[in-house]
Amino acid sequence: MSQDTINIALVGNPNAGKTSMFNQLTGLNQKVGNFPGVTMDKVSGAFTYKGKEINVVDLPGTYSIYPRTMDERVVFDVLSDPEASDFPDVIVAILDASNLERNLLLFSQVKDLGIPTILALNMLDAANKAGLNIDISALEKEFDTKVVTINGRTGEGLDRLKKQIVSVKKQKSECFYDINSFCPGLIPIIKDRFNIDNDYVAYQYAQQTESKSYLSVEEMQFIADAKVEHNFCDRQYQTKETVDRYNLIREKLAKVVTKSDEELGRSFANKLDKVLTHKVYGYAIFLLVLFLLFQAIFSWAEPFMDLIDTTFAKLSSGVSQFLPEGILTNLIVEGIIPGLGGVVIFIPQIALLFCFIAILEESGYMARAVFLTDKIMRKFGLNGKSIVPLISGVACAIPAVMATRNIESWKDRIITIFVTPFMSCSARLPVYAILIALVVPNEYVFGFLHLQGLALMALYLVGFLGAILSALAMQKILKVNERSYFIMELPVYRWPKWNNVGTTIYSKSKTFVFEAGKVILGISVILWFLASYGVGDEFNNPDKYVQQENPELVVGSKEYEDVLVSYKLEHSFAGVMGKAIEPAIRPLGYDWKIGIALITSFAAREVFVGTIATIYSVGADAEDEATIKEKLRAEINPYTGQPMYSLALGVSLMIFYAFAMQCMSTLAVVKRETKSWKWPILQLFYMSGAAYVFAFISYQLLK
Amino acid sequence: MVSVADLKPGQKGIVKDFNDEYISLKLLEMGVLPGTEIEMKFAAPLGDPICIRVTGYDLSLRLEEARTISLSEA
Repeated sequence: MSQDTINIALVGNPNAGKTSMFNQLTGLNQKVGNFPGVTMDKVSGAFTYKGKEINVVDLPGTYSIYPRTMDERVVFDVLSDPEASDFPDVIVAILDASNLERNLLLFSQVKDLGIPTILALNMLDAANKAGLNIDISALEKEFDTKVVTINGRTGEGLDRLKKQIVSVKKQKSECFYDINSFCPGLIPIIKDRFNIDNDYVAYQYAQQTESKSYLSVEEMQFIADAKVEHNFCDRQYQTKETVDRYNLIREKLAKVVTKSDEELGRSFANKLDKVLTHKVYGYAIFLLVLFLLFQAIFSWAEPFMDLIDTTFAKLSSGVSQFLPEGILTNLIVEGIIPGLGGVVIFIPQIALLFCFIAILEESGYMARAVFLTDKIMRKFGLNGKSIVPLISGVACAIPAVMATRNIESWKDRIITIFVTPFMSCSARLPVYAILIALVVPNEYVFGFLHLQGLALMALYLVGFLGAILSALAMQKILKVNERSYFIMELPVYRWPKWNNVGTTIYSKSKTFVFEAGKVILGISVILWFLASYGVGDEFNNPDKYVQQENPELVVGSKEYEDVLVSYKLEHSFAGVMGKAIEPAIRPLGYDWKIGIALITSFAAREVFVGTIATIYSVGADAEDEATIKEKLRAEINPYTGQPMYSLALGVSLMIFYAFAMQCMSTLAVVKRETKSWKWPILQLFYMSGAAYVFAFISYQLLK
Repeated sequence: MVSVADLKPGQKGIVKDFNDEYISLKLLEMGVLPGTEIEMKFAAPLGDPICIRVTGYDLSLRLEEARTISLSEA
């Protein structure tokens, strides 16, 4: 331990108030990094106290040192690798006083790793309310530890905790539970081979061999061989250890905790549960929560998104006047600024969505929603916890994929990530709007069913069906050695802590902007390049050709400029690509013009409208739907002589947009969340393949 | 053999043992030990999962998992 910096690690059960405490300690001075080998974000932060720099790592909430999910592996990893730069000098274990027994299991295991450990006792008020009286000095004595009482909500006791952190001394404390009785022969061998001086760490090397990221293959083999030689039985030992620890804890706790009146104050929570998980009210409230969420995402976010949209448009035109004409200016004005705008525009929706999710999580309602929907979701290979991402997907798949993190089962999580982009996100809406207006008559059937409205609803349904049917298929295909189970604490109801909600919104938005933003910006620039550059005389001297083909247009007029821009796009790289893919998309009813729109839509689906506007020389900035619609209606299919935008083409295109993976931002986030290119690439081919097949079928049937 | 899945809301039972080692490890960590008293609180509207009270907190689990916890005859 160097003199001026101290590394600490926060451990604790989920819902013990660990995150509150972390926020209290570090404020907004947090950064998100990666743990090696897992998808879990490594959230760390720092503060200074009495001239010392204190680095804090917030470890994932877990009930024991044995990992049950991939993400929980980091707990033992971080606590057992003295070589790592963030190896803690001090462990702060946050314990929920109202549930001391279960919380002490993890504490006793962590303490036996030999790192000085402070017991931070949280939620003492809740414990007192529940009729539990805790004798702090007895707790210190029985568990041989320093106890600091804290209140994660008010920040009370924070200073005592900091003082304790800087004054803690490294000393050998007696281990809580001696595991040497299990396999006395093996532990010295591992201690010797890996230069470990703590029995429990060595024992965990044997228990958690596969999940330790920093062991080499040869080292793992060494342990595996030694385990066989000494007849090491992982699960039996684990069972015995857990039972023994609990028995010890119960014995000691009897001297620490006295119960006065049992379960006082629980009646309110029980009543609340009765309503929230009721057959009728439970689902009604759930639907109401969903309704509010949709409102927030669609209506409340809209003014902010419009504001961002116009701000970036103004910025572009402002900058273009300010800078000299040239390639660099074009790159900034037409590539980088709109690209940045494409990132920033999602922030209001993401912030609102995470605001909602944080409130639902903090209050304890989310666990009830999961509890309500688990059985339905299970039928489709999903999990109660998949409900949040699927709902979020209607706004935008990006935050939805980010919201899959609290699904413990890796398989359930991958399936959820994989199918979420099928949900009709808000970027598809402008595309649907224009195509429905074009091919679905603005009429009512039976006097009240609006056909266009029905068509829109059908498209949302198609997306939802795409998601759950794909989940069903994946459940059958995906082979994993991870047994999924659903054993989840239903936490007590609490008022959300706004500080935590705010921190969540801030850190999620920040992560999105910096991680997904890089890729979105990059591809926007590439697409700008493809659409703005080309080779050949037609691209370089478009005026000559446009004047030849359209002698009636006055050079320099608005119409002339629109045709010129359209002509340039036709002969740009993107136009060449559109023509190149035309044979492939002709069976779906598309021509090269739609081909260009498909290519540019890859940046974001809503770009379809703008591109179509440019191609049909409406003028890209004239987002006047009526004009676009007129132009599209007048378009004649050169092969059939019929109107191009027939019902068959419209349906084919809508189906294509409903299924196709045309959102690089989502792909970027999936890559980030799964830590591999495998899933985004599979998603790209699977979804686009489905889009092609179903668009083909619908076109051929309706033609 | 009576298991946790057989309890009606409000009924209590004492855990005897488990018939699935993998799930039992998770349950043990959550404080469901042989000898512990369990109270069935309520089931989700579709009958599954269920919510039980154990060592002072609420735990939800699927019937499938509840069936692996056998109770001693009272």
